[in-house]
Amino acid sequence: MSSGSFMGGIHLNGHKELTSGLKTIQARIPDRLYIPLSQHIGAPCAPLVVVGDSVKKGQKIGVSKGFVSAPVHASTSGTVVAIEVMEHPGGSFVPCIVIDNNGLEEWVETVKPTDDPTALSPEEIRGIILEAGIVGMGGATFPSHVKYTPVEGKSADTVILNGIECEPYLTSDHRLMLEKPDRIVAGLRYIMKSVGCNRGIIAIEDNKMDAVVLLKKAAERNSNISIVVMKEKYPQGSEKQLIFGCTGREVPAGGLPIAVGVIVNNVGTAAAVADAVEFGRPLIERFVTVSGDGILHPANYLVRIGTLFSDLITESGGITGETERVISGGPMMGKTVFSTNVPIVKGSSGIVVMKKADKAGEHIEYPCVRCAKCVDACPAFLEPTSIVKLAKRSRWNETETANVMSCIECGSCVYVCPSQIPLIQYIRRAKQAVMAGKAKAAAK
Amino acid sequence: MNKSDKILLVTSSPHIHSPYNVPDAMRDVILSLIPALICGLYFFGLPALKVVLGCVVTAYITELICLRASGKEVKIREQSAVVTGLLLALCLPPSLPLWMAATGSAFAIVIVKHLFGGLGQNIFNPALIGRAFLLASFPVSMTRWSSPLDGVTTATPLSILKEASGQPLPELSQLFIGNVAGSIGETSVIALLLGGIFLLYRGHIDWRTPLSLLATVFILTTVAGIVRGAGIEYPLFHLFSGALFLGAFFMATDWVTTPVTKLGRILFGIGSGCLIVMIRLKGGYPEGVAYAILLMNVVTPLIDRYTKARVFGGVKRNA
Repeated sequence: MSSGSFMGGIHLNGHKELTSGLKTIQARIPDRLYIPLSQHIGAPCAPLVVVGDSVKKGQKIGVSKGFVSAPVHASTSGTVVAIEVMEHPGGSFVPCIVIDNNGLEEWVETVKPTDDPTALSPEEIRGIILEAGIVGMGGATFPSHVKYTPVEGKSADTVILNGIECEPYLTSDHRLMLEKPDRIVAGLRYIMKSVGCNRGIIAIEDNKMDAVVLLKKAAERNSNISIVVMKEKYPQGSEKQLIFGCTGREVPAGGLPIAVGVIVNNVGTAAAVADAVEFGRPLIERFVTVSGDGILHPANYLVRIGTLFSDLITESGGITGETERVISGGPMMGKTVFSTNVPIVKGSSGIVVMKKADKAGEHIEYPCVRCAKCVDACPAFLEPTSIVKLAKRSRWNETETANVMSCIECGSCVYVCPSQIPLIQYIRRAKQAVMAGKAKAAAK
Repeated sequence: MNKSDKILLVTSSPHIHSPYNVPDAMRDVILSLIPALICGLYFFGLPALKVVLGCVVTAYITELICLRASGKEVKIREQSAVVTGLLLALCLPPSLPLWMAATGSAFAIVIVKHLFGGLGQNIFNPALIGRAFLLASFPVSMTRWSSPLDGVTTATPLSILKEASGQPLPELSQLFIGNVAGSIGETSVIALLLGGIFLLYRGHIDWRTPLSLLATVFILTTVAGIVRGAGIEYPLFHLFSGALFLGAFFMATDWVTTPVTKLGRILFGIGSGCLIVMIRLKGGYPEGVAYAILLMNVVTPLIDRYTKARVFGGVKRNA
């Protein structure tokens, strides 16, 4: 059994036992759904419906002409009651199509099973994936059909499915692997076909051996698909670190995985691809973990896109009094929301509700003591402390020489820093300044 | 449709933090020095206790005064001054007069630490400069050693070795336990090893520094031993005597004054080891741990500069 890994990284208390043993529950479909017109990286969609239209479940309600984009669909049947701007879990404000659920759960006619999915050509598979609005479900939300479209001069020989889920508290990928291993393997095969490569890897951290067993069984008749067990370490699920652990290949700094012939997808994306290719179903629901020390009943849910965070939190028994933060995603890289009136989107892997932390209350920033814990933890082999010292003096060019742009913002350095220096804020500031400097230079 | 009006706290990721911070680390370093302190107090008794208290209390008070004077917030929870005071005491002779010890401690805190900018900014290890300062100022008191348990003035194992006066050398087992003349906290190899292992286990120090330092001293003294026709006992004697273990585990691993890169830490260890052997065998002093590490402190920025790691996915870059 191979156990790959990367250099650097940190060990975290996963708190996964809160939800990893609980079977996924179908979340109540709310009376009103809020479907953002932008749930992906790329051009936002324009609405295809107007207020007053009745829509059916799976009906395309937003589309963009841009290539790097993904359409959005109605997650249930009902009536469009508003198209309004509201907050998005990513922190921005985007237009949303608001649908009142009529309770009929009526599928749109275009959703029907494919007669012979194995006969589809790579182009046809990519077309189905585009129509289904599938994006990277690990959180990056990059449109999948774009990722699978061949780029001139570059070819992929390996597709890696990311089943690492190294963020604390989150178990939605773990539950998906336990409950739908066949869908993941089927999806991987379609992705491999659409990309035109012959090697598939499903990478799983060694704290999910039950999922390893089930996926090995699901993939046993596919000699070109292997299950790779990785060491439990954060950020094992980071794309470049994962590729290195699985294949020994290093993605060049500033480059994309395709530069080393690899395409990485989340396991959830693969399952969505299988549903789209075989049943014609667009991406209208996903697995979501609701956990954290501030929630009464942590659980995993199968949730319709457009369900509000507050609906799911209520379903989990509500938040406790000392709740201070609600995080969209995991506590290491997720974003805090200022209100729970935000909808679940395609990239929402979880909601983590955190109580007021004991130590955070007395947060004191000490001077850097050069302990080098950040240097040892950095999976990109940077010296966060040196970069931050430059950033504090606005020496942006030197931060670029110190490779600040290679920072993946995993947060490991901040986690280990005994001086509690907000290293990553300075690093983000430096990245912005470096990019602004480049844009200025390009404009000249 | 269950709109909630509560406005939540928004923070930048990551939203969780390791439970360890600087005060915890300082507490761990103090804990790790306890075995060596106990051995020192057992072997050298009341005079040693006076030196230790003098150093620690002076360091603590001086630190508070410096923080106040420089307008910095006084953080009582941060105990780096106690660490400095304790480390200085452990590398002083037990018979040193109290006022001398206190002077050295104040010098370390004021001149070496705070005049350079306070916590994290000093170039030199404060405790070692404190010792060097005292040795330069009070050479007689700083080289008067008392034998363990009875307190009679005697020579340290390394000076016996250096002067070859015919006085019998102590057994290796005595060196290991610490039942020999020397500084308060340097004599007991076993106690220092315990503390060092604790720090390694807690992840506060990197094994690379002590290992490379000790290995360098062992290899060089083995060669010297062969040249001089001495047996295997010769390098082991060098390894277990003097301040070598105290230096390797507690001084050469000081966060502030040593390299942050992994390769840099190995170079720091090798460099210190070479200088120690050079001073011990060819220099005027019988022992050279303090000066060797201080000299390496000087080149730490240079080492950091030339040992930067290759960025993930990039090629090796020279500064």
